[in-house]
Amino acid sequence: MSGSLLTPNLVGLCRSLTEILLGIVKAIFDALSLPGLGSWFMSPGVVVFFTYLIATLVMVMWAALVNLLSVMWVERKLYSRIQDRRGIMLGVPWPWSKKYKRGMTNLGWGFLQNIADGVKLLQKENITPASADKLLFHAAPAIIVSSTIMVFAVFPFSENFYYTKVALGVLFVLAALSLGPFAIILAGYSSNNKYTLIGGLRAAAMMLSYEIPLILCVVAVVLLSGTLDPFQMVAVQERPLLGTIVPSWNVFSPPQMLGFVIFFIALVAELERIPFDIPEADAELVEGWTTEYGGMRFGFLFGFKWLRAFAGAGLLVILYLGGWNGPVFATFSVLGYPIPILPQEFWFLLKTYLVVMVIIWISWSIPRVRADQVLKIGWNRLIPLALLTILGAAVFKTMGWF
Amino acid sequence: MAEFWVNMGPQHPMTHGLWNLRIKVDGETIVDAEPIIGYLHRGVEKISEVREFQKVIVLTDRLCYVSSITWSHAYCLAVEELMGIEIPERGKYLRVISLEIQRIASHLMWLAAFGADIGLLTMLLYALRERELFLDLIEIMAGLRLNSNYTRVGGVRNDVPADFEKSCQRVIAHFLKKLDEYEDMMENSKTFLMRTQGIGKLSKEDAINWGVTGPNLRGSGADVDLRRTIPYEVYDQIDWEPAIEKDCDCYARSIVRMREMRESCKIVLDALKKMPPGPYRMKPPRRAEGEAFRATEDSRGEALFYVAADGDDRPYRVKIRSPIFCTLAAVPQMMRGHKVADVVSIMGSIDICVGEIDK
Repeated sequence: MSGSLLTPNLVGLCRSLTEILLGIVKAIFDALSLPGLGSWFMSPGVVVFFTYLIATLVMVMWAALVNLLSVMWVERKLYSRIQDRRGIMLGVPWPWSKKYKRGMTNLGWGFLQNIADGVKLLQKENITPASADKLLFHAAPAIIVSSTIMVFAVFPFSENFYYTKVALGVLFVLAALSLGPFAIILAGYSSNNKYTLIGGLRAAAMMLSYEIPLILCVVAVVLLSGTLDPFQMVAVQERPLLGTIVPSWNVFSPPQMLGFVIFFIALVAELERIPFDIPEADAELVEGWTTEYGGMRFGFLFGFKWLRAFAGAGLLVILYLGGWNGPVFATFSVLGYPIPILPQEFWFLLKTYLVVMVIIWISWSIPRVRADQVLKIGWNRLIPLALLTILGAAVFKTMGWF
Repeated sequence: MAEFWVNMGPQHPMTHGLWNLRIKVDGETIVDAEPIIGYLHRGVEKISEVREFQKVIVLTDRLCYVSSITWSHAYCLAVEELMGIEIPERGKYLRVISLEIQRIASHLMWLAAFGADIGLLTMLLYALRERELFLDLIEIMAGLRLNSNYTRVGGVRNDVPADFEKSCQRVIAHFLKKLDEYEDMMENSKTFLMRTQGIGKLSKEDAINWGVTGPNLRGSGADVDLRRTIPYEVYDQIDWEPAIEKDCDCYARSIVRMREMRESCKIVLDALKKMPPGPYRMKPPRRAEGEAFRATEDSRGEALFYVAADGDDRPYRVKIRSPIFCTLAAVPQMMRGHKVADVVSIMGSIDICVGEIDK
């Protein structure tokens, strides 16, 4: 098992950083002969406040900027390649290159395209329909954004890369992810538009039929691991399987194989990706429940779908694919800290991005399923199979086979 | 839940042009539908009356912007019958080749739009990629890609270059491989079958009664292909089979179009082989008197031109019968009882072109 990049953990690291920064502030005030103010800055309350401020900023920046932009970029590049084209290519060349002299900005990797799109959306006018329910209309994007960010309050990227350690972490992540559909229903209802209304109702129907198998699969995992704590869940999957070098990831245990498939399908539906994207079916409902939103509000609704996809894929990795478990290659030490070459964060992100890419791959290769067929799949197939998974997990647990 | 009307158009991703489909829904179920057209009316029939016979071709090219050669060809056939002229043999073969290339390009545009409608945007990109090759072939023939202005009264605009047969063979060999891939994407995709099978049933009797023609009628099991029933040009000298499916649903209609593309490839290769040397155009008379009408098999169905002239150098009256105009009348019947999401499957499968509906 490889180590984490962060020692001791994110908050601890931020605490050291804060102490250094506040030490500098104290030195400045001491030099200005204001020792009272200087020692106030070093008092425990202020240190804790700045520690958590910095840790929050780091976590939000890491999740909402780095990973959101990366997932968007991966999606746009990958589906372009599936469709036999190059996709986004905006890049700013170095000032000394020949491309810069020719004024070429379209031959890059395209990572800046998403930022450019965001800037464009920020410049656009925010239109609120005259007949909309203003409060709910404005609240819906806020709920989506905040509930998605909330996931990362307990979301572990490795043993040490987390914001807070909660014993019911998996439950918290599931609860935060399922707040999204409520905001969709609010948005669909408050826009006062027939397309958004149908889209919102479809979202409500989808939530009813796909939350249940999703949670039932988690119940099966919890039954076998005996915990809702993501850290312990990953620790359980760490030991090798029956004396081999294969790790005992949940996906390799017989009842959970079925659970993995069901969880994956329900996750795709939960994220409203293409085979199940009926709430925003753009061919028949224009843009579904986002039809009336414009400017950065639409940008938030649209962009945070990718962050939800990332969070959902991460949850799948924690539950079934061994979390941040990975082979150790080498460790070198800097100032006494052992730093692994391929740390836990690397393995976690690798698995998560692979799951995200599989979701993207599926959603760009098959058509959209009709609304009533989606519900039929959910109620007639997934829920009975999920119950079967729980039964299998219970049998395995009682017999002590796994 | 109360029933209410939903406007799908005039500006809506489903419409493929400017028209409006009002549907009355009860929750997700369609109770009634009502197509409203007229947003794209350009008065082609009336403008034709003030233009000389040859100059009308510019207008008929723009009747349907994805299938321009077939429409101009229908007009030219009618005018040639009015004038009582017989065009050179090579001209006929060139027309058949251009018609079939245009038919493939048009069907590929349908495939692209159908894929985008049912949520398979990858199909859109794939089909447009292959359509580009056939537009290139049309460009080699006519010098233009979309509104090609190729067929003329009395023949075609120009002969093809010497290496045209080789280009055609290369494109078609490549395309047939890709066509297998697309058929795989349709037949082997459970999701695709779920979206199309049993949707938008239109029985043979109903289809005939509503005046539905073309691939939509053949998808309902009727063996009607004007290229065979009323042969024009040289279609009776070429080996080919019409595509007929008996399921009467969206899937049957799409399979008919896929098989038609294959047949069109066969026709192009066969016509290129049999094409005799010689002149490709004759000089038609300037004036004509009388009336004539000719029906041809357009990419979408029966395209009929009625041209009357009173001895002047321009038509006295032109009447166009466009296939999708008639097919639209059958749409409410096909939709009743289906879900909202089936609107796009049904409208996608009948291959709508607003240019020819509104004329």
